[in-house]
Amino acid sequence: MSPTEPHEDRAALVGTSTRRREDPRLLTGRGTFTDDIHLPGTLYAQFVRATVASATVTSLDLSAVREVPGVVAAFDAADLALGDITARLGRPAAEFVPTSMPILARDRVRYAGEPLAVVVARDPYAVEDGLEAARVSYAPERAVTSDTEALAPDAPLVHAEAPANTLLDVSMFATEGIDDVFAEAPCVVDVSVRTGRQNALPLETRAALAAWDDREEQLTLRTPTQVPHQVRTVAARCLGLDERAVRVLVPDMGGGFGLKCVVGREEIAVAAASLRLGRPVKWTEDRKDALTASFLAREQHYEARAAFDAEGHVLGLDTDLICDMGAYSCYPFTAGIEPLMASSEMPGVYKVPAYRVRARAVTTNKAPSAPYRGVSRPQYVMVVERLFERAARELGIDPVEIRRRNLITDFPYTGVNNVTYDPGSYLESLDLCERTLREEGWYARREEAAAEGRHLGIGYACFSERTGYGSTAFAQRKMEVVPGFDIAEARMDVTGALTVSTGTMSHGQSHETTMAQIAADELGLDLARVRIHQGDTDRVTYGWGTFASRSIAVGGSAVRLAAGKLGEKLRLLAASRWEVAPDRVELGDGRARNADDGSTLSYPELAEIAYLKSHLLPKGVEPGLSATASFDVFNDGTFSNATHGVVVELHEATGQVEIVRYVCVEDCGVAINPQVVEGQCRGGIAQGIAGALFEEITYDAQGEPSATSFMDYRVPTALEIPEIGIAHLETPCAFTETGAKGAGEGGTIGAPGAVLNAVNDALRPTGVELDQTPITPETVADALERA
Amino acid sequence: MSQITHEPPDRQLLTLEVNGEAHEVLVESRRTLVDVLRHDLGLTGTHVGCEHGICGACTVLIDGAPARACLTFAAQAEGSAVETVESLDGGGGGSAPGRRLSDLQQAFTEHHALQCGFCTPGFLMLAEGHLAEQPAPSREEIREVVAANLCRCTGYQTIVDAIEDCAARRRAATSEEGPCN
Repeated sequence: MSPTEPHEDRAALVGTSTRRREDPRLLTGRGTFTDDIHLPGTLYAQFVRATVASATVTSLDLSAVREVPGVVAAFDAADLALGDITARLGRPAAEFVPTSMPILARDRVRYAGEPLAVVVARDPYAVEDGLEAARVSYAPERAVTSDTEALAPDAPLVHAEAPANTLLDVSMFATEGIDDVFAEAPCVVDVSVRTGRQNALPLETRAALAAWDDREEQLTLRTPTQVPHQVRTVAARCLGLDERAVRVLVPDMGGGFGLKCVVGREEIAVAAASLRLGRPVKWTEDRKDALTASFLAREQHYEARAAFDAEGHVLGLDTDLICDMGAYSCYPFTAGIEPLMASSEMPGVYKVPAYRVRARAVTTNKAPSAPYRGVSRPQYVMVVERLFERAARELGIDPVEIRRRNLITDFPYTGVNNVTYDPGSYLESLDLCERTLREEGWYARREEAAAEGRHLGIGYACFSERTGYGSTAFAQRKMEVVPGFDIAEARMDVTGALTVSTGTMSHGQSHETTMAQIAADELGLDLARVRIHQGDTDRVTYGWGTFASRSIAVGGSAVRLAAGKLGEKLRLLAASRWEVAPDRVELGDGRARNADDGSTLSYPELAEIAYLKSHLLPKGVEPGLSATASFDVFNDGTFSNATHGVVVELHEATGQVEIVRYVCVEDCGVAINPQVVEGQCRGGIAQGIAGALFEEITYDAQGEPSATSFMDYRVPTALEIPEIGIAHLETPCAFTETGAKGAGEGGTIGAPGAVLNAVNDALRPTGVELDQTPITPETVADALERA
Repeated sequence: MSQITHEPPDRQLLTLEVNGEAHEVLVESRRTLVDVLRHDLGLTGTHVGCEHGICGACTVLIDGAPARACLTFAAQAEGSAVETVESLDGGGGGSAPGRRLSDLQQAFTEHHALQCGFCTPGFLMLAEGHLAEQPAPSREEIREVVAANLCRCTGYQTIVDAIEDCAARRRAATSEEGPCN
């Protein structure tokens, strides 16, 4: 802990649900999203996109496009001559094959929707006219549209350099004697699980507004991204510019959920077009392109088995998993993002003594994958939770009891996956979740329903989620570009107001509020006098952005450290005025206080010395009040945990799965703002339910996407998402600066497994077990009919 | 070689009443109301989430009733009163420090009914339109109304909470002040 304790007169802000700083502008229509910005002379861009999934492009004729009234220019790959985006892992060729994603496709297209050319016009309507005039000829080839097809011996290759369409193939852990464990175990259960391809679906689609600034000799690229510095790095590389010459600015962002934490090709093409034309160019993705041609996720296939002893203690876990990553590797995470997450984390909250996993990424002729909230954890948690439910049935043990016997309870715990878990409340959250459902009478109601011939089911999912990924943890994944640290730069102005610039990038998570709470407490400032600034690559030297629930754990720690460093300088200035030792100076309530005689100097008074009366500064102390601090996690990180409990009723006539009760007991360490944490939980759970029951990006046999609008991609509304009860436990993290762990993704992780288990519990009399998401009304109705 | 003929765009001079103010715009007949609001009038609080009338981020009031501005041609709104999120305000002036929120906006912030805020203007207009019609909705009715629009962040519960709370406060205020107010 820092010596800068808040003054006792002032209540701490951390831990309180202060009103959000973001809200007034967003509620009054005064937020500024990328598409809201209009620069003088702006032109509008859209993309000519491939209409077939796999083909050689035999001709691309843009001449008619250029004749369309209002069209200013049309560029193909040869016109712009840009470098490719290539994401790499530091792994041998047998494990990982790097592939390159061109900004615009050249001679070959690998998915329907792939950009071939960028058309720029004076208004957005003329751009659409221009797109219609493009003439593209293809020599179509057989498309690869599933993991099974990708791995078939006669499969066409999506990338010539990737044999068997495999971009990543790792076998890990393989505990000695694991085959004997399975051969001798009294109970072995298996599941075959498939999960549907999803779109993370931020309601604001992707966008970019690029303009060259002659005075700064700099390209300004406004784009809603979770990772501004990484966009700058890639844009500079593709455009052949110094990084200094690219400034990425992130306006208000309408969600991201991972889809916006990779670098897209469109924003680079728009930047190139703007440079070429010497005019601002704006692109706002339409919903069809967002659904079919942006980044997708979650399409995974598991063949998994687990061994148990007769008392239900797990003895081993053995998994073969395949992730369909689509046509390209995303930058910087690569196509390894999903399989590496699943394979390194799968044993999760349970004491698994033996573990073996093979994890593969295959490439297919579909839009590429990017991280999506939870990354693989919604899937492998569902698989593990299905295995425990199966074992419970087979052994005649209560499903909660079998979990209780296997949960990690002694921390720190180093798992078979070589991961050390910091303290959490795994058992406590399960107990509280079960007790809640029992006390509310759901177990009794389940029996009553069964007697009446109705189908009520109860299901659980227990999990923990690594949130404090530092550079050590990412380096272990062998990422060539290694995220981990983050930076905060704190400045106090002459009036004593504080601005903290951070390298993280809130896009709904309320960091303008929560990070201000952290900084305000550190210095004893009113919240109104603290402003958090983000999304400007010129304000922070380098930051890693917002993903993997890292922002409060890592970025929030950097904010506290920077504010603390600034506090040290305030202390030094005050000490020199009073001619006392700095440790006799207390900070709080917007002022420094002399512990010996109680005299005070306000922050504005100290700031005046730092800026306007620097002749009063002690020798060797530089003018100004600013401090920069970074934070990284040099161990395995911290783990938030939760148990989700769900009650569903299945309806015979329609096959509808109605969620009648949802309880989440979560532990994210210290909750900086409990209301914000609840919001993250509920929103995450809604997305998890969406994946469990509703949403799927589907393709026909030729690789043509069949979910191209919200008519086909079924996003749940307020009638499908239930009321969600949330209870908090708090196991503070020992090594983040605030005790917070991170809360961004957990809701999404627990929901699919809990919902699927509840559905299977309700289906128990039918003998049918479902292991595929989304669970469609048809499969439920079929199962009920069979009873 | 195929010949594409491009007629010069036909333009119409429209008079639109938006938030109580009359605006004249010269636009192509295919131009949607949401594009006119956002790009011709600079009222960017109304957002575009799907352009096919499902997500409701573009919801505005046309003659008091919620409507999808992405599915409405600007020309169709001539002669009607259009209200956007910019019309909602608790007074206090245009700049941030002095501006007050309306009761509905205040309820949204108190209940944490928004995260990224992209869908929020649509939900506010949807709720205003409905509460004007039905000042005493049940929680189930509010859920049904809220189901007209999509939100990806909140899970909807707090949006329902906020509208329910605002409706209750309005009813309490009305009964205190009497029916004429």
